[in-house]
This record gives sequence, C-alpha cells and structure tokens, in this order.
Amino acid sequence: MTTTEQTAVVEQRTRLGQTARMRTSGALGTITGKVLVIIFVIFMVVFILGPLLWLAVHAFAQSWTFPNLWPTGWTLRWWQTVFSDKALGVAVQNSLVISPLVVLFSAVICLPAAYAFARFDFFARRTFLVGLFATNAFPKMGLFATLASLFYALNLMNTVAGIIIVQILGTIVFMTWIPAAAFAAVPRSLEEAARDAGASRIRVFFSITLRMAMPGILVAAVMSFLASFDEAQGTYLVGAPAYFTMPTEMYTLVLNYPKQVAAVFSILLSIPSVVLMLAARKHIMGGQLAEGFQIR
Amino acid sequence: MSTTRGTADGGRQPTGGLHGAGQTTGGLQITGLNKELGGRTIIDDLHLTVNEGELVSLLGPSGCGKTTTLRMIAGFLTPDSGTIKVAGRDVTALGAERRPSAMVFQNYALWPHMTVFKNVAFPLKLRKLPKPEIEERVTQVLGLVNLLHHKHSRPGQISGGEQQRVALARALVQEPDLLLLDEPLSNLDAKLRVKVREDIREIQQRLGITTVIVTHDQDEAMSVSDRIAVMNAGKIEQYSTPAELYERPRTMFVATFIGTINQLDGGYRDGRIVAGDDVVGIRPEDVHFSSTPVAGALPATVERIIPRGHFHEVFLRREDATLRAYLTGDVPALGTAGYARVTKAMVFRDGVLVDERAAGAHNDARGDAGGAGVAGRAGASHADATAPDARTRA
Repeated sequence: MTTTEQTAVVEQRTRLGQTARMRTSGALGTITGKVLVIIFVIFMVVFILGPLLWLAVHAFAQSWTFPNLWPTGWTLRWWQTVFSDKALGVAVQNSLVISPLVVLFSAVICLPAAYAFARFDFFARRTFLVGLFATNAFPKMGLFATLASLFYALNLMNTVAGIIIVQILGTIVFMTWIPAAAFAAVPRSLEEAARDAGASRIRVFFSITLRMAMPGILVAAVMSFLASFDEAQGTYLVGAPAYFTMPTEMYTLVLNYPKQVAAVFSILLSIPSVVLMLAARKHIMGGQLAEGFQIR
Repeated sequence: MSTTRGTADGGRQPTGGLHGAGQTTGGLQITGLNKELGGRTIIDDLHLTVNEGELVSLLGPSGCGKTTTLRMIAGFLTPDSGTIKVAGRDVTALGAERRPSAMVFQNYALWPHMTVFKNVAFPLKLRKLPKPEIEERVTQVLGLVNLLHHKHSRPGQISGGEQQRVALARALVQEPDLLLLDEPLSNLDAKLRVKVREDIREIQQRLGITTVIVTHDQDEAMSVSDRIAVMNAGKIEQYSTPAELYERPRTMFVATFIGTINQLDGGYRDGRIVAGDDVVGIRPEDVHFSSTPVAGALPATVERIIPRGHFHEVFLRREDATLRAYLTGDVPALGTAGYARVTKAMVFRDGVLVDERAAGAHNDARGDAGGAGVAGRAGASHADATAPDARTRA
C-alpha cells in the first residue's frame, strides 16, 4: 500500500466517523423535536376537543357534578326530551329554511357589488368598501334596537322577512369582501384571452371569471351560512315570540331545562357547521380549485 | 419539431412576398392610428402594413406604445382615430371576440381550471363546432406544438415553455387571419428562449400565417422577423428588414437601439472624426486594427480589452477619438501601439441619418424605410470585415 492510498483510507475512516457522529446527534434532535410536537398536539387536543368531549359526556350523563370525576350514570333521556319538544322541531325547520334563504339573498345582493368593487373604479369606492364594516363596528344590540323601531313602522316585526333582513346584515361583509378579493384575483388577461377566443362578455363572466372566483364565493357562502345559522340576538328581537330558530330556541332550553339538554342541543347545533366545514375542506382546500391559483 | 428546424433561418424570404409590388388583400393594414391614455399621447399617427404571410416585430423600449398598438389590433383597446384592416376587412369597430385575430399573451393566460385539451378546445366550443371536429383539430394542433402527451394535464402542472406552447396552440387552433404575440418569450429562460423562437418561426413559416410580435429584445426581433418596426414615443422610427435596420438605420435612435455603435460628436472626413455639429456613428465591426500602417489608418493604442466569448471588445484610442472595436482571432495585448482604420461611418444630423460612407468610396444611399432591395449590398461592400456576427448584442 502506498502512502497516498493509506492517507486516503485514513481520511475515509475519519469521514465515516464524522457522519456516524452527525447521525446520532441528528437522531437526538429528531427525538426532542418529536417529543415537542407530541406535547403540542396533546395541548391542542385538550383545548379543542376537551370542551367537545365535556359536551358529549354531558349529553349522555344522568348527572355529572363537580366532585365526581365521572357521571353517575348514562341515559338517552335528554335526547328524548329534546326530540319530543315540538317547539324544537319547528326551530330546526325554521333554521334550515331561513339560513339558506339568507345565503341566497345575500349572494344576489352582494356578488354584483363584489364584482363592481373588484373590477370598476367608481366614486368613493374605498369609502363604500370600508363602510360595509359599519354593521360590525358598533355594538349589535344598539343597531338592532334602532332597527326594531324601523321594523315596527314597516310591519316587519315577527315576520320571516324581518328575520332574513336582520341576518343578511351580518353576512354582508363576508359576501362582499371575500368574493371581491376573489374576483380581483382573476387575472384580466384570462378574461381577455377568452374574449380573444370569441366569447361574449357574459360568456366570459360565467366560463372564466365566476368559475375562477368560485372557491372564494364558496368560502363566503359557508361563512355567511354559519353566521346566519348562529345569529341569535337580532333573530330573537325580531322573530320572538312568533319565530324561533335553533340558537334562539336554545335560550329557552337553557333557561327551562338542566344543562344536559343544552349539551344535547349544542351538539345538534354544531352538526351543520361540521358538515359544511368538511365539505368545504374537500372541495376548496384540495383539488383543482386551489391548484388553479398557482399559475401567474 | 426539431427535424425541420433547419428551414427556419433559411425562411427569411416570406411567402407573402416582401419584395412583391402588388398589394395583397390579406395581412394587416393600419392607417392613421392615434391613442391617448390619461391625457398622454401613446400612439401618434401610426401607419403599418403587414403583408400576408409575413412576420413583423414591433420593437422598442418599454413605454414606446408597442403593446398598446398590439392591444388595439387585437381589439382590447379602441383607437381614438385611424383604421385597422385585417385580411382586407375593416375591424376597427369590432370587439376582440369578433376579430379574425388570435393572440398569445405575455403570461400565456391559460385557464387554470381547464385541462390543456379544454384550453385549446374552448375557442372551437364557442364556435359551436361538432365534437368530433373539435377533437380532431385540437389533436392536430397539439401535435403541431408537440404537446399531445400533456393533453389531460392542467396548466399548473406543466413547465413554462409548455404553457407557452399551449397558448400558441390555442391561438393557432382558431386558424386566425392574424396571429399576435405579446412578448412571447419574456417569461422563458435564455436557453429555452432561443429554441422557442425558432419553433415559433418554423410553425409560422409552415402555416404561412400573418404574424405580429411585440418585443423589446432586438435579438429576438432580428432572428425571427421578415420586417421590424422600430417604435419610439408612439411612432414608428423605421420599418425595414433586420439587415437593413442594422446597416442603414434611419435615425440615431434606431442605430443605438439595434446593436452597438460608437457615438461621437463631430463630423467625419477621410476616415477620421473632425470638428462639427453632427453625430458620427461607427459600428464596432467597422473599426479594424493592424500592427502595420494601412491607407486611411491612424495610430492607435489598445486601451481596454473585454472578452466576449467568440470575439473581443477592444477600446482603441486614436488622436481623434476612442473607438470600440470587435476583434476576432489574435487579439493585441493591452497597451499595444498600432493602427486603427474605420471602414464605414454614418453621420446623423438632428438624430436623422444624412450621410453614410465607406472609407474612400462615397455611398449616397440614405436609410429609406421599406427599401429592402439594398439590404444585401451594404453587407457585401466590406467583405474584408473580420467582424463577428453583426447582430451581437452589446
């Protein structure tokens, strides 16, 4: 073996040793990292799922009071109570009719406005855009009190139309701002390319602009639906006692029944949100709609 | 596509007849075009004729109005006055969707929610063609741009060069009377750019399609165009063949925009710069260096050498001026004393070419827009030039 070869071998060994050492330190680092991640996940689970678990246990517990670590027994009685309550069935029905209508009307009113905000420059455009926040800037109850006097004058108190109007107020910001951003994000050249290909303006809007803004519009629709579905203050003021929706009905339940009933009702109330969120996740976050925005 | 690439360069003689005297009904005619935007004149009385089958570049710095012109041809902007005729038909009043032109956008503008196939099929779908015919034409045009294997990919999944070809296919499938390309290569990297521009030229030649390209890259314009319209401040400074533009620039602007030029204040007499009120322009390849005295040469010193790959850029200091020269072969060392001779100079008065002469001989030719016939002669008049490719960018 010549000297150069020997040196080479020694060098190689040293290098091997180094990599081995690096590997152990790397493994240690990974373990620490993993532990941290696990702690973080547990923390998140406790904070997010904990309250839900508490609700779930309550919904099936005979009674569960402070010193006891576990409920005294299990029962479906509370579910029975809730489902046998006639007023509740009506409330569910009201909610399922009113919320989709609110989303629909809100879309009809707001989407053209959103398109205008995104594509045209008109007088006081920014002022109007920021002005939409006005309904969210003041305490809701004050706004609703004023609204109530107006509704009395217009005979809108205790009507479905009144409830829909009140709920639309809460969706306007979502339904205008998010779609406006979505419309604005559609590159003009994509619309021009469609016109160049021979598409009329209306065809361009439906085939390109609306199609590409759809993820944003869907997000806005989901958020509006949830906002409407959860809206209680205004709905109670305008609707009660003629019309109860699920959230307003919950007030009555919480006041009149033990908290297990409220737990059952909370779970029922969260079902539509969860379903919507899962649907939105599937259609918006994954797939081609999200991918579409990678292109310049 | 590469099999027929060899013909791309040889195809400088267009099918439409660059030298043809007879006015064809096809192509593009623009007369008296004006456009003001935001109180500023963007296009100022622009006239342009593109013969059928010809490829013309609108070349100019940013803000010269070339894109505005293209957008008016495409129908996205309405001119304040003037007319645009495509294939003999006045289209000035028509919207983009009713014009017989098709455009390839700078950012390709592919619809991300459609597959490559659907992108290309969309224009035909709008024309309500029967499905089998759409299928056939799309397949054919995708084959032309070599993209059949990406038929079902989405634009986001393919490379920039491929996206560009989809955009081209989408324009070609319409079988337009006029193909418009807006900075088609600006989003590609340097290597790909050369290949794609050859491809574009080759397809354009094969289909014989009248084409207008907007570009700010003189290299790009020189290598694909039958004629180039050099634009500046909303006007066409010169409209000539690439060779003519280089050899006989009508204005100082064109001379400096196309290639490199020694720009010297004064006059020109007997191969030297003399006092005067004009501007003398000398192309670097028209400056020659020799170690022994030659007729018309002045003593010169090598002041600076910049290697440029297949040639060297050398600064030669003479008693009248310092001249930039492109030298190939054996390059003199820094500080070498020798002789420098100018074989061709152009004199500009108020920015316009007034005199162009080779050393010794008098050439009375003026840079004349559109006069294509003399292009070859200017190049041949100094065959002794050891200069490299004249179109090398500075």
